[in-house]
Amino acid sequence: MPIVEKVRFTFLDKLIKEPVIYRVGQDFAVVTNIRRADIQEGIGWVILELEGAQSSIDSALEWVRSMGVRVDPAVGDVVEG
Amino acid sequence: MSHVLSLRCKECSREYPVEALNVCDFCFGPLEVVYDLESIAKSTSRQKITNGPNSLWRYADFLPAEYNPAVDINAGFTPLIRSRGLAERLGLDELWIKNDSVNPSYSFKDRVVAVAAAKALELGFSTIACASTGNLACAVAAVAARSGMTSYVFIPSDLEVGKVLGASIYHPTMIAIDGSYDDVNRLCSELADSYPWAFVNINVRPFYADGSKTLGYEVAEQLGWRAPDHAVAPSASGAMFTKIYQGLKEFEATGIISNVHTKMHSAQARGCSPIASAYEEGRFVIKPVKPNSLATSLAIGNPADGYYALKVIEASGGSAVIAEENEIADGVKLLAETEGIFTEGAGGVAITGLKHLVETGKIKRDESVVVYITGNGLKTTELVADVVDPVHIKPNVEAFEAAMASRAGN
Repeated sequence: MPIVEKVRFTFLDKLIKEPVIYRVGQDFAVVTNIRRADIQEGIGWVILELEGAQSSIDSALEWVRSMGVRVDPAVGDVVEG
Repeated sequence: MSHVLSLRCKECSREYPVEALNVCDFCFGPLEVVYDLESIAKSTSRQKITNGPNSLWRYADFLPAEYNPAVDINAGFTPLIRSRGLAERLGLDELWIKNDSVNPSYSFKDRVVAVAAAKALELGFSTIACASTGNLACAVAAVAARSGMTSYVFIPSDLEVGKVLGASIYHPTMIAIDGSYDDVNRLCSELADSYPWAFVNINVRPFYADGSKTLGYEVAEQLGWRAPDHAVAPSASGAMFTKIYQGLKEFEATGIISNVHTKMHSAQARGCSPIASAYEEGRFVIKPVKPNSLATSLAIGNPADGYYALKVIEASGGSAVIAEENEIADGVKLLAETEGIFTEGAGGVAITGLKHLVETGKIKRDESVVVYITGNGLKTTELVADVVDPVHIKPNVEAFEAAMASRAGN
């Protein structure tokens, strides 16, 4: 059953040549829908919705992390002190 | 009477009804409560506030929920203390300490949870929940105990027993999750979408966050209806920091006080400083970090309100400051030794940050300063365990006097 997840990708320091969001859609059968983004020299982030099977999203996010992109919940951390 | 108009996206300004919502459907921006400030101005006055209860509910006109005795654990209206010893040590003429560590469950979280729980009941929820590593868990469990609401508290399974004792005593349903900090975050976000619960800092976050506005109102009232020149507060998600400023500005907008010129200073620990690092590097993009700090209650690596905290710093002409990890315990001890207040690591960060702000000339001797102490040291005694060093003697007067003479000689 498809699920929907709201995530934030943060692109840190180094430029990544890989078309990360495109590959998430192509290679993992996860639908991506960008809602907001701020890309600057050296750092940038994209907030997007992912839709697909839980296992596909999990695999996609694992691959995204392996590319050096940080993945967080779009709403920020919910675990507080 | 509530003066709430709607919820509104802080990014795209789309409006939403007053429901348990925290994210804009379109841009995924955070929602905030919109108030009718003109209506509040007509309804409130200094006299009305002064005649109100000795709790945060004296500011009910400015809050998104009606007063409800069921959830009232007497949060708020904590002491604002004129500092003598610490002020002298730091070289300040007018330093005030907002001691919020004496709330009912010993942190400022009682404020936000009181408001979240009152709103949750209004919205028809009977269960409140949170994901926490300490203070928030205590506040949720305490308010639930008082109100008879069911509560669920989610914690990482590797959390020390001491950290959760303060919440467990109120008998919530406590769930320890086997997994990383990221796993806990993700699971709780999913649960908030699936269960009919008021997850205080997720689906009712707009109301929850506004509980912190009372930290601004109270300080202004306790200073004799004026705003300080500087406010120094620790930051984790950045929500409390931004809401203190919003509270001061709302008091100004409604004519309760005038001339809000307060410079807002955010203090973070080196081991988790996404907001302060962005400030130092002159950017408004928050770079999330993996927290590794002794100030555990500030350990939020991906702060939801980090960007807005930076905007408050910019708007107020304030700054952000970093306490090194080896300075945190020193800050805790300095406050205890000079003022008799025992705070947790977050307070040590605030005191150290204040010290740096004075040393670097950002705060000058003749300016008025309020430093916020938001949590109690008795929850994290291991941070300063090295202070336990009694003089051991035999049970007789001679031994006592010999020990004292020896001590005086040192």
